[in-house]
Amino acid sequence: MQLLLKNGRLVDPLTGRDEALDLLITDGRIDRIGHSLTSASAQVIELRGKVIAPGFIDMHVHLREPGFEYKETIASGCAAAAAGGFTAVCCMPNTNPPIDDESVIRFIQARAKVALGGLVDVYPVAAVTMARKGEHLAPLAELATAGAVAFSDDGDPVADTELMRRALEYSAMFGKPVIQHAQDPALSKGGVANEGFVATSLGLPVIPRLAEEIMVARDIRLAAYTGGLYHVAHVSTAETLATIRKGKADGVHVTCEVTPHHFVLTDESLRSFDTNFKMNPPLRTQDDVEAMKAGLRDGTIDAIATDHAPHSFDEKEVEFQVAPFGIIGLETAVGLALTELLGKNVLSLYQLVEKFSLNPRRILHLPDIKIEEGEMANLSLLDPVTEWVVDPPSFRSHSRNTPFGGYHLTGRPIGVLNNGQVHWSTPS
Amino acid sequence: MPLQSRHLLGLDGMRREDIQLILDTAVSFREVLDRPIKKVPPLTGKTVANMFFENSTRTRLSFELAERRLSADVLGFAATGSSVSKGETLKDTARNIEAMKVDMVVMRHSAAGAPHYLSRVIEANVINAGDGSHEHPTQALLDMYTIREKLGRLQDLHVCILGDISHSRVARSNIFGLKTMGARVTVCGPATMIPREITRLGVEVCHHIDDVLPSVDVLNVLRIQLERDAGRLFPSLREYHNFYGITRKRLEKAGRTITIMHPGPINRDVEISADVADSEHSVILQQVLNGVAIRMAVLYLLSSRT
Amino acid sequence: MRRLKAQIIDQDGFDRTTIRLAHEILEKNRGAGNIVIVGIRTRGEFIARRIARIIEEVEHTTLQIGSLDITLYRDDLLGKLEQPQLKGTDILFDISGKDVILIDDVLFTGRTIRAALDELIDLGRPRTIQLAVLIDRGHRQLPIRADYVGKNIPTAAQESIRVHVKEVDGEDAVLLMHPEE
Repeated sequence: MQLLLKNGRLVDPLTGRDEALDLLITDGRIDRIGHSLTSASAQVIELRGKVIAPGFIDMHVHLREPGFEYKETIASGCAAAAAGGFTAVCCMPNTNPPIDDESVIRFIQARAKVALGGLVDVYPVAAVTMARKGEHLAPLAELATAGAVAFSDDGDPVADTELMRRALEYSAMFGKPVIQHAQDPALSKGGVANEGFVATSLGLPVIPRLAEEIMVARDIRLAAYTGGLYHVAHVSTAETLATIRKGKADGVHVTCEVTPHHFVLTDESLRSFDTNFKMNPPLRTQDDVEAMKAGLRDGTIDAIATDHAPHSFDEKEVEFQVAPFGIIGLETAVGLALTELLGKNVLSLYQLVEKFSLNPRRILHLPDIKIEEGEMANLSLLDPVTEWVVDPPSFRSHSRNTPFGGYHLTGRPIGVLNNGQVHWSTPS
Repeated sequence: MPLQSRHLLGLDGMRREDIQLILDTAVSFREVLDRPIKKVPPLTGKTVANMFFENSTRTRLSFELAERRLSADVLGFAATGSSVSKGETLKDTARNIEAMKVDMVVMRHSAAGAPHYLSRVIEANVINAGDGSHEHPTQALLDMYTIREKLGRLQDLHVCILGDISHSRVARSNIFGLKTMGARVTVCGPATMIPREITRLGVEVCHHIDDVLPSVDVLNVLRIQLERDAGRLFPSLREYHNFYGITRKRLEKAGRTITIMHPGPINRDVEISADVADSEHSVILQQVLNGVAIRMAVLYLLSSRT
Repeated sequence: MRRLKAQIIDQDGFDRTTIRLAHEILEKNRGAGNIVIVGIRTRGEFIARRIARIIEEVEHTTLQIGSLDITLYRDDLLGKLEQPQLKGTDILFDISGKDVILIDDVLFTGRTIRAALDELIDLGRPRTIQLAVLIDRGHRQLPIRADYVGKNIPTAAQESIRVHVKEVDGEDAVLLMHPEE
């Protein structure tokens, strides 16, 4: 199959290119890049005004399979990813059974291969500890060899300081980062909302910002001491960013990611008691939202990752305090980023592409995507100006737990190419 | 020329000439062990007390055999059921033993520095049979003897010590001794088991055993302590075996002849596979016999004085 | 420091004496059929090798030759400031049933020979042990006597006999030294 992508704006941070170019793609391989290309046999896709970027990766996704297929499966999750403009995802290990054994990795890899013809690359994040219990190390070397790109007990922190130290030491031998869900369990026990004015007004049990900040501060010291690779999942407070900023300046291997909801929403949203605003870490204050945007701009935040956390309708249709934490995010992330970051001049398009593609791949030591003649095409196609309304019923994900239903956004993903496959987000 | 110290507390700081003297003297005692009558008289009338505060079958037996072969009288002391468990301090225990006119004390203790302390409070010669994770000098001496016996020299050989280096007194004594004798030493193991700044002892560090084996002459495989380490320092015995276990396949991949050593006791098919332990390149059994000869040499050279 | 009193044996004398000792051994044992040679280290070993070579030439045969280090069997180890350096015993053959010709350079108090006998008995059960010495200087402290003597030299106890061998000292000679000053 031949595709001729015409007049798209190629934004490629790896080479620094930002120009209008044509790409001729044959059976998934980039045949030619140039100006005014023609082809008799190719299907011509007009991309004037649209953006061609190296494939986006969401490095924090809960695919829920094995064990929780009623929320999401690998197939539906990959479909949601593709619709959302991603060619790759990292899946978190809080499945059942958890990803603490290479057999689960092989299962996931097999399922991913047959989803959408293998279009979306699924990179497993394996557990740090056996069954994510936080007591004993999981077989990290075996998991890395089987294909794990990083380690995390996400959902839970690695709270035991000595164990976190050993995990950083051990994983560094294989060049894999430890991704920490930073939340001191003692400080945050039973909490559901950010400790602040809103929680005070609403009488909700609290998760203090300290719970994240203290653990990140501790972990950065451990990373400095051990030389390990440390990545903070879903940062949410200004002080956390300040600590990370200093750690980077001191030469520690620390990186971090932010979710779209943490640079868009605040805890004011909780006044409705809508469980689609309940996530962990919780929504914080406007100051924190501004700090996230500043962190994205100055490079303290390396990547945008959704923490896509599907839950069934019934599960979320309960009292706020009792509902599970989390919202889906694959199919709104790019739209929210284009609207709130690009559209409001927080980031340039170039920087946005770094946050969604180049940086997360580098954190995970995945090879850079080369957009060159002869290379397989791994591309995300965006429309940065189209206005649209978020319509959850049309989502490809099994679940609908999103607070963004009805939002008017400017800019959306239009399609993805990877592994010889093509997928269009909207009918062209 | 005698040994510099009247005790054998460790190889840290021991002169090259002294190590050489012990190894050379052990050659004669090794010959005695091949005779029909495996006994010589130099320690006739001397009393040696074996104070083992930590469980050990092989080291204790080896010392006892060495003492008896030298015609010494042997006093055995095991920690459990002793006065120590009734609360007597180390110092008083030792003083009491000394009051019985014991000439030499061989001590194994779980606290680093215990024999050093003992040497300051009693008159007898003190021989360290292992103090915590600190030193086990007679083990390293017999290891060096065995290497020299097999390969003819120590100078410029590349010796790799593999395992839980942090907790290993065998590793430390070997590092001190081998560096003094001019060998090149690499320590290998998971990052969680290599102590900080160990490169300051003059050793290289490697975390992937397959990377270092192609340049190694001698591999000293340490025992993995199941009880203490599994789950915290490394995930499981299975993972340790897959990534660090010495199997025939791993040795073949290295592409050279490597002499295999192990201080014992072996966890078969964990740190070393059964067929490698029993192979023609393994000198594990020679180590045991050489251990008796080395201990005889040490006892002989330290005996005398008042 | 000791001063030389007299040279008892020179190079030629040394050779003639070893030849005579070799022949005496052969005569008494009616040939070399059952004898093995053991030299006491250090200089006794070299003298033993020479005697053995002579016997081999004369009898057109090869002999089993070993060397004995008696250090571990000395009776004077207790109370020494340091343990003497071991030189190593090298007897790679079975001595049981053999006539062992034990060879040393000087027979004095007899204690060295006593130690050598104890060590040999620990190594096996010879049929006989016969002692050959280059010099017997008297002053026995134990009931030990040599079967073959190169030369009897009466000495004062404080004097000393030095045997030099080519292999160690560069010359073959036996020297009598004055007492220590």
